[in-house]
Amino acid sequence: MAMLEVSDLHVYYDGIHALKGVSFSVEEGEVVTLIGANGAGKTTTLRAISGLVRAARGQVRFQGQRISNLPAHTIVAKGLAHSPEGRGIFPNLTVEENLDIGAFLRRDAAGVAKDKEQALALFPRIKERLEQSAGTLSGGEQQMLAMARALMARPKLLLLDEPSLGLAPQVVQQIFKIVRTIAASGTTILLVEQNAHMALRVARTAHVLEVGTLALSGDAAALSKDDKIRKAYLGVH
Amino acid sequence: MKLGGPVVMLGLLIVQHGFPKFLQTLVNSVALGSLYALIALGYTLVYGVLRFINFAHSDVFAVGAWLSFTFATAFGWVATSSPLWGMPLVLLLVMAACALLGVTIEILAYRPLRKAPRLNVLITAIGVSLFLQNVGQLSSVFGTQPQRMPSLIEDRSLFTIAQVHIRLVDVTVIALALALMMALQWMVFRTRLGRAMRAVSFDEKVASLMGINVNRVVTITFAIGSALAAAGGLLFALKYEGLKQTADATWVLLGLKAFVAAVVGGIGNVRGAVAGALLIGVVEVFGASYLSPHMRDVYVFVILIVVLLLKPSGILGKAVREKV
Repeated sequence: MAMLEVSDLHVYYDGIHALKGVSFSVEEGEVVTLIGANGAGKTTTLRAISGLVRAARGQVRFQGQRISNLPAHTIVAKGLAHSPEGRGIFPNLTVEENLDIGAFLRRDAAGVAKDKEQALALFPRIKERLEQSAGTLSGGEQQMLAMARALMARPKLLLLDEPSLGLAPQVVQQIFKIVRTIAASGTTILLVEQNAHMALRVARTAHVLEVGTLALSGDAAALSKDDKIRKAYLGVH
Repeated sequence: MKLGGPVVMLGLLIVQHGFPKFLQTLVNSVALGSLYALIALGYTLVYGVLRFINFAHSDVFAVGAWLSFTFATAFGWVATSSPLWGMPLVLLLVMAACALLGVTIEILAYRPLRKAPRLNVLITAIGVSLFLQNVGQLSSVFGTQPQRMPSLIEDRSLFTIAQVHIRLVDVTVIALALALMMALQWMVFRTRLGRAMRAVSFDEKVASLMGINVNRVVTITFAIGSALAAAGGLLFALKYEGLKQTADATWVLLGLKAFVAAVVGGIGNVRGAVAGALLIGVVEVFGASYLSPHMRDVYVFVILIVVLLLKPSGILGKAVREKV
């Protein structure tokens, strides 16, 4: 049984038929990426999985349990954390408060403290800024904080939306290195990216979204050699 | 600045009238400011999480004052016959009752409109306000006759400074308001619930991704805001004693001034609401006692205009970008 199963997912977003029957699955322990152009429905797919938008048709199952159209705050409790597009950190809270709020539902203080230590080891730049208000962080630091915050929920499945967005190439390298480390520690990852080049290098399986439907699916390494993909998404002519 | 003239004039007046009058006016202004603060906090908390002005809030305050009267008379306490625990008991009862009222209003009137345009919610709030004002006038509820609040606090002077008697009721009002404000400050900045409130205030979608039940946070916010307004209602009744019918303009005006306090301090900002309320209290009472008592409302709104001209986001408010 796959960890996450998305079947025939339809979503209407502001009156637009944004997802037109998307089906795919994520196996435990793997990194799966959704790539595609702006407006293809990548973010909408993640938002439907984590309960931020309604699924009009189809369903999402997580560890065998139907989660589509459950309230978002109940989905987190099942072990699914979503680091949203645009990072979504709380600038009016301190960096440490942002981390703590990632563990909002957890009652095991000792486990939370341990996870905080691990998250900070993964993102040392955050560690120096714990007392600072999160709004004062740079874009790259905010992205790191968003990922660290998502890890504080100790998720089985981590949804990452465009972690490379708006960041300098060097920072993007750093972020993807950390994504690999997180995956290596056993967390399953569903990664949405416009930076197909990086995404295909990190992921094992890739799905290509085109205007609300899956155009192509397969092994990430194979897809990165596919002529059509190279032309359309990797900028190779 | 052009403000210099009036300030110097007021300063000269204060010196001319002597210290006792100054002290008495200061005590009165801080007491009134504390009442405004308790009401202003409800406006600012609700605005903080939902970005809308709960215009029915001043009516919850009025209901709080009237319920204090109802409970006190139901216990048969008049004048000074109430036991020492009478006031705390009434305080707990009205705070609980108004918290329940606030939560009911939120669930029945505002929650169904959570995704509707803000204007719809605002109009609904005005509707709720009119509903409370008029239901309160039914003879089976509070009636249309003005009533006199039993004094649950002994009317005596606690101590005397420079021939000014500092009354027990003023000290109670100020101390209790201060205690409640400190409790709220601790709750918002030091607890898990407060952190959740601040998260919802910035972005409720992301807050829900953290596992925060946004509806529950909103409900609790209404409960807290309404309970503080109820405490304000009781303290108002204790200090000013005469209660006018719920649809009387005095309640709306008090609520409006508390709202002005929240805006002057920076709406959505807890400390700002307290600072704004104290400023409004000082300006109103000093203006009334040194310049002209007929113009007391004018001073308050002049402050509003001045603050909006000089610092539109309020004294302690930060210029924040609109939520998108």
